[in-house]
Amino acid sequence: MSPRFRKWLFLVSTLGLALLLFWAVVALPGFGNYPGPYGDLLNSVAVYERHVTNIVTAVNFDYRVLDTLGEEFILFAAATGVMLLLREQRAAPHYRLPASPRAVFARSDAARWMGLGFIGALMAFGIYIVLHAHLTPGGGFQGGAILGSTSLLVYLASKESVYRRVTPKFLAELAECAGAGGYVVIGIGALLAGGAFLQNVLPLGQTGNLASSGTIWLINFSIGVEVTGAFSILFLEFIKEVPEREDSA
Amino acid sequence: MRLLPYIVAAWLLLTGLYGIVTSRNLLHVIVCLSIVQSSTYVLLLSVGYRTGAIAPIFAEHPPGTPAVDPVVHALVLTDIVVGATVTALLFALAVQVFKRRGEVDPARLRPLRE
Repeated sequence: MSPRFRKWLFLVSTLGLALLLFWAVVALPGFGNYPGPYGDLLNSVAVYERHVTNIVTAVNFDYRVLDTLGEEFILFAAATGVMLLLREQRAAPHYRLPASPRAVFARSDAARWMGLGFIGALMAFGIYIVLHAHLTPGGGFQGGAILGSTSLLVYLASKESVYRRVTPKFLAELAECAGAGGYVVIGIGALLAGGAFLQNVLPLGQTGNLASSGTIWLINFSIGVEVTGAFSILFLEFIKEVPEREDSA
Repeated sequence: MRLLPYIVAAWLLLTGLYGIVTSRNLLHVIVCLSIVQSSTYVLLLSVGYRTGAIAPIFAEHPPGTPAVDPVVHALVLTDIVVGATVTALLFALAVQVFKRRGEVDPARLRPLRE
């Protein structure tokens, strides 16, 4: 199929798709008129039922907790897949490093100071986002993404070998596995305590306190650990694809 | 205004598809796929939006204050996480293709022959 023909075929069929989409959206309730009822129901009962103030977290880690388990394992499988693919390539006999490794560019003072200066603050911010998921906006996924990316600042401010020293691969892998496994262990714990799989069996505590919301907090923490590990692994593996010459640093 | 966010979502979907169809580079295909996916964020959040309502977080507002739909927010969170990791996986596959075939233009990639 020639590119020209393909483009025309695309344009014609897209016109059809666009009309279908337009037909679909005119029948939706207009923007700003959410009709309910599920969201309104959750908004009115979740605070009392689960002692959380962030309803999105309650949905993710309690009402839809089984779906989030699946989502977590998509994340786990994708990170593992990246790791396997890239490591397999590097181990292949015909593999050779790129002919000329990228020269280490001199990090400017601005990059160095901004990078190193922000590490502590970003890390504290990430931990805060993970721990307060049930109270304020945020959660394990968001906080984990921040925490996993923090070590990149070391790479930006310094060089690859320093980055590898502060991000041990073993710890990243351990965090990913412990986080993913922890979620399932919490679910089985609920079974042993006489509830259903992943049921919120722990005492719910006082609404608004850090120690409240039962298993929601625990599952969220476990997710935070896993996402931190998964993001660290992704960055470690991809950065290995752009080797730097160590001598010129 | 009543339809604008939905039309933005449809626009993102169609432009992303156009990019995928006409792309000459696998990395570009992956970025276009992310654009297609971001249309789902816009669509989901628009469906759950209510004019003048607060975010579904009752830390500073008493429960019962009109709020937007928390279910679509949870879905978008799932969507973003899955999107980010699948993008990473696709990038790894693109690196694999380039190393084995020395080529990133999908039109010039021929089927594998052993």
